[in-house]
Amino acid sequence: MTLETTGATPSLTLTGIGHAYLGRTVLDAVDLSLAAGEVAALVGPSGCGKSTLAHIAAGVVEPSRGRVARRYRRHGMVFQDPRLLPWATARANIAYPLRLLGLPRRERRERAEEAARRVALDRADLDKYPIELSGGMRQRAAIARALAIDPDFVYFDEPFTALDVALKRRMQDLVIEAARGARFGALFITHDLMEAVRIAHRVVVMDAQGRGIAGTRAVPGEPGGRDDGTVYRLVAGFLSDDPLFRHIHDIDERRVP
Amino acid sequence: MTTGRAGAVLDRLGRVGQFLWSGWAGLAGLALFAALWQAGHERYGDFILPAPLATLAAGLTIAADPAAWELAGQTTLRAVEGFALAALAGAAGGLAAGYSPATMRLVRPILTVLLGVPPIAWIVLAMIWFGSTDGTIITTVLVAATPVVFVGVAEGAVTRDRGLDDMARAFGAGPLARLTTLGLRHVAAFLFPALTVALGSAFKVAVMAELLANTGGIGGALAAARSNLDVAEALAWVLIAVTGLIVVEYTLVHPIRSEFERWRDAARPWGVKR
Repeated sequence: MTLETTGATPSLTLTGIGHAYLGRTVLDAVDLSLAAGEVAALVGPSGCGKSTLAHIAAGVVEPSRGRVARRYRRHGMVFQDPRLLPWATARANIAYPLRLLGLPRRERRERAEEAARRVALDRADLDKYPIELSGGMRQRAAIARALAIDPDFVYFDEPFTALDVALKRRMQDLVIEAARGARFGALFITHDLMEAVRIAHRVVVMDAQGRGIAGTRAVPGEPGGRDDGTVYRLVAGFLSDDPLFRHIHDIDERRVP
Repeated sequence: MTTGRAGAVLDRLGRVGQFLWSGWAGLAGLALFAALWQAGHERYGDFILPAPLATLAAGLTIAADPAAWELAGQTTLRAVEGFALAALAGAAGGLAAGYSPATMRLVRPILTVLLGVPPIAWIVLAMIWFGSTDGTIITTVLVAATPVVFVGVAEGAVTRDRGLDDMARAFGAGPLARLTTLGLRHVAAFLFPALTVALGSAFKVAVMAELLANTGGIGGALAAARSNLDVAEALAWVLIAVTGLIVVEYTLVHPIRSEFERWRDAARPWGVKR
């Protein structure tokens, strides 16, 4: 794998990805390419296979068909639920990927504390176990865990769905800030178009049946540079005028083929 | 980081103190048991049920005799050997079964058969195979204790959080790293209770096998007490066996387990821990 940093080289390329669970096709012929440093929001109705796609791209799930080409150095991942080790303190949880990388204890500690500072996780909370933390703090720890390894790409798999509106907003700002500061690219899975438009350079809409990408729309302006009015107008425009977003709010958990 | 270290030491001292303090509750329970025992003694008389204090005195007389220590040591050694073998076999098998559903399907019926055979039958078989030797006792203990450990570990391995496995995989953990950092840590929480039960049954089965196979040890002493109709001495030997078990459990098994379960305690409000 070559290390290229030119903006023209895509950091992540998915080619002809297909996947089936127990014989039922959930993804078919998905092609997607992300430019280096680009934050793309992947949206689609619930059950269309966006999470599976993110898991395939991150190497958690092996695809049945297709190729994943990762041209970034290292990725982090934030899941919908925090997925913290219940028996380890917040500090040890944030340092967990560093432990997998085999870093010495002292460096793990320092980098975990630095990552915690970036997501505004209080130092006093670092010695607590996940069970003692609130939902928001747990998700902060999960984000810090993804940032601790200094990634140049981060997968977000509907990370803020379970949080309340105010907290969600703060977490989104945190991600925008971190992405700008550390210049990482990201694939951000969400079913919330408002969130997608706030956070991303580009919105990618998945086909409702998981058969490929239905289309993509560049979002004008920079993430973090759009004020609330702009975000509302963009979302309203997408929903009312753009046929691409027609099925975005269809809810069909167990769709029949 | 000096404050952090001092804090950790204080924290540990606090937990040790809490553990010792919780001993009062255990003592209260034992005192209640002794009271019931005394009541039984007063109702049924000396021959059927000697008084707790008389038993204690008989136990102390036995404890003063070096030969008795040798007998107790013999039993302990056999029980611990069988227990260690059972822990190894059960843990390895349980882990394999928990991670591989095919192994689980193969092993489950075997386990049912093993558990279905009464321990007494194993003693008879082992006596035929090994004669009146340590082998008889150790085999019986092994057969009795392995399924307990196996089931506990397999249960732990099956209930591991696959979400955490996926998380580790997303951060580039291979199968071995996932096993050592997630799998074993989760299984440990199931392993320790299983080991406690297995250790208890190892002692009990060892004494029983000794009694039936007439191979010395505490069981042999109990057999002698029975033939002499010396109820106080028989009870004293039981007392000694139970004391040994309690000592091992509270100095070894419980401290290690509470170390693994610290995070669970963290969620409980103050005052209702343990």
